[in-house]
Amino acid sequence: MSLLGEDIVTGKGEFVINIGPQHPSTHGVLHLKVWLDGETINKIQPHLGYIHRSIEKMSECLSYRNFIYVTSRMDYLSAHINNQACALAVEKGLQIEATPRGRVIRLLMAELTRLQSHLLWWGCTGLDLGAVTPFFYAFREREAIMDIMDETCGARLTMNYCVPGGVMYDVHPNFQKRVKDIIVQLRSRFDEYDQLLTGNVIFEQRTKGVGYLSPEDAVSYGCTGATARGSGVSCDIRKWFPYDGYENVQFNEILGKTGDCYDRYMVRMAEMKESVNIIEQLINNIPEGDFQAKTKMVLKLAKGEYYQRVETARGELGVYIVSDGAASPYRIKYRSPNFSNLSALEVMAKGAKIGDLVAIMSTIDLVIPDVDR
Amino acid sequence: MNLLLNISFSSLARWIDLSLTNLLNNYMLVKAIEMVIAGLSLLVFLVPLCFFLGYMERKVAAFMQIRLGPNRVGPKGSLQIVADTVKLLLKEGLTPNASDKFLFNLAPVIVVIACMLVMAPIAFAKDFQLWDLSIGVLYISSVSSIGVIGILMAGWSSYNKYSLLGAMRSGAQIVSYELSVGLSIISIVVLTGSMRMSDIVLSQENGWWIFKGHIPVLISFIIFIIASTAEINRAPFDLAEAEQELTAGFHTEYSGMKFAMFLLAEYINLFVVSAIAATLFLGGWMPFHIGHWEAFNHVMDFLPSSIWFLGKTFAIIFIIMQFRWTFPRLRVDQLLNLEWKYLLPISMVNVLLVTIMAIMGWHF
Amino acid sequence: MTSEEIKQSVTALFSDVIYDETGEFLNILINASELRPLMELLYSKTEFKFDYLFCLTCIDWKTHLTMVYHLLSKKHRHNIVVKAKIADTNKPEIETVCDIWKTADFHEREVYDLFGVKFLNHPDMRRILLDEDWVGYPLRKNYADENMIKL
Repeated sequence: MSLLGEDIVTGKGEFVINIGPQHPSTHGVLHLKVWLDGETINKIQPHLGYIHRSIEKMSECLSYRNFIYVTSRMDYLSAHINNQACALAVEKGLQIEATPRGRVIRLLMAELTRLQSHLLWWGCTGLDLGAVTPFFYAFREREAIMDIMDETCGARLTMNYCVPGGVMYDVHPNFQKRVKDIIVQLRSRFDEYDQLLTGNVIFEQRTKGVGYLSPEDAVSYGCTGATARGSGVSCDIRKWFPYDGYENVQFNEILGKTGDCYDRYMVRMAEMKESVNIIEQLINNIPEGDFQAKTKMVLKLAKGEYYQRVETARGELGVYIVSDGAASPYRIKYRSPNFSNLSALEVMAKGAKIGDLVAIMSTIDLVIPDVDR
Repeated sequence: MNLLLNISFSSLARWIDLSLTNLLNNYMLVKAIEMVIAGLSLLVFLVPLCFFLGYMERKVAAFMQIRLGPNRVGPKGSLQIVADTVKLLLKEGLTPNASDKFLFNLAPVIVVIACMLVMAPIAFAKDFQLWDLSIGVLYISSVSSIGVIGILMAGWSSYNKYSLLGAMRSGAQIVSYELSVGLSIISIVVLTGSMRMSDIVLSQENGWWIFKGHIPVLISFIIFIIASTAEINRAPFDLAEAEQELTAGFHTEYSGMKFAMFLLAEYINLFVVSAIAATLFLGGWMPFHIGHWEAFNHVMDFLPSSIWFLGKTFAIIFIIMQFRWTFPRLRVDQLLNLEWKYLLPISMVNVLLVTIMAIMGWHF
Repeated sequence: MTSEEIKQSVTALFSDVIYDETGEFLNILINASELRPLMELLYSKTEFKFDYLFCLTCIDWKTHLTMVYHLLSKKHRHNIVVKAKIADTNKPEIETVCDIWKTADFHEREVYDLFGVKFLNHPDMRRILLDEDWVGYPLRKNYADENMIKL
């Protein structure tokens, strides 16, 4: 083995391999140092920070109106939900509430965001497991959702649509019609997705019994979202601590049983259907009125601490604002779901094969800018 | 037209042989020149073939993935692959500093040579064969496994951990799946009683083996397709170059023309495997004949034998391409399980069945 | 369990704790030295069962640092915030809780990285986001960088 140099072989029959920061399956600049015994993983050490921008420090330097937009760049796939969390936290500090119309629009947008995020995840999961075709099918519907967002918010990904007190603009006149179209379209396409990937024998072999995460570990590692729900841990913030009117809509929290990759996959697939149900309940019932509450030009939060958690497409996002009464936050902390979910990677992947690592990472659904912030 | 083709190739070969012998009067030299001519004509055939396969793969993939595929370069994008080749030719062929340079540069050549050698005994049309040796089938299965040496060489010499893992996977995979391929070939050899390719084709004059051989031959056909897909490292068995796990597996460090040679080898392999499957199970260039329906058989004979052969081959290529764009990839242990626990026992029992069938004369 | 009951149970065992109920959650303020026994109690006692540490962070108050632990009980669905005061800003140290809640492993490394709080008995006390050779702790209020612009 001297051909490969001493740094590569540790002498214990282990083979150290660096997966990332540039690697097709890390979905960004995640760097995993993996100790291998043949193909079996003995140890994983994530190296983070390749895309650390210190969003917390940036937020401390910005006003309460402006810092919201920085957070779009954390979990860019649920950018709207990040904005929503910040807007809610600021509203909590201002002791105001968004207008009824604003709240419903926000909620609709949040569910659309969740849908497009899950669609992207579904395509990428197929891609990671070696099936390229699902990716294109997922993007077909995702593009339609993105177009709706583009029309109303003027942006496709980082929409910056939420402001304290509601949303920035009213929805586009076409909004309702197009959302109704997409609901019908998606309903018929879910079966197609199942046919393409879910029932596939190879896919089931690749995911069933792989990457087991026990419910105790899921809670202890602070896992949230589908990662924890796949293990049967109830953690949907929309149910636990409803915000923006989630208490008024009917939906189920999807829980898995076994805690393997397949269950995490199935939870996300079912969540998409729930999101469609939520949208369907709300789309005909957008209240009339103002889309934005009247707020002062310069927002100042009363001295104190405000914590707001929301359910993003990946799990629980917490926004913790410490205010000293000034026009910008004294300290702000984003408790990002991916950061905690990533920490459970090692228990899931230990003893698995390299191919399993890819499956596990794709079912955790990591977004690296959210890990590094 | 059929007649014309047959006469032209045989007489052309004989004419070249005779005139060269007269001209040079040296047996060795004549054979050497003839080999060069054969090799050149193979190359002239292979390059457009690979261009076409590359184009076909893109179009098939696009068709399955609800998109258009190449549609800018040339009519319907048909020159896209030419543009790609020019790009690859112009690219810098990097050799990593710490690599074993001799082996690193040798590996792609060996891979290409191995798959071109397999072309020799394939009958492209009636009386159109480079080398009709008596152990044709055995030759194919032994020479095709030389390719794995090239892959191992590439992985080992690249000085890259991904490459090494990919090469190891590929070694394990090809060695295992060779068994199933061999056993399913044997079932046809048992039925035919000969390993000569022309004999195998001629034995299917009154019907192809896949129809004559009942279910056992159908099983060995399916096993052959699965195992040979694995042997040529194509998805869902493309573990050696598993993009999402090992970036590009054994050819991670290759670029430019050396990379293009691996690509070339992949497409030639695809063609070879499909051609063998077509020859063994679907009658090669033999038109679709049914027992004693003389009139029907005559009608079928109107299509030239080369069209029959290429039609069957491309039908199988199309199926293998569909595998690639529908299935997820297997994991390395599942891949070996599939071979050793399922395919190998099934094909062993199957060979037994075929043998009984051949002895009792139960086939048509 | 209501916050009153939690207060009673905690007061019975820890005498010098301060409660703050002005915010959304019940806050328990203690000294850094007493953090560890309190945390173990909150985790293990069946009436509390705070099994989910959902946020761990630090606040730089210039004069001192405050560690903030947000806890939730999945079983009883009650929240609590534990705040530990670290007086020494030059060489801040506090006991780790990463053996109680495994999520604290990464979060404590983040706090170490950005605030310089050293967690005693932490198995892998390295910087997590920044480079190993980074000078200073960016989220401290006295951190200076020439490229930083305050709006």
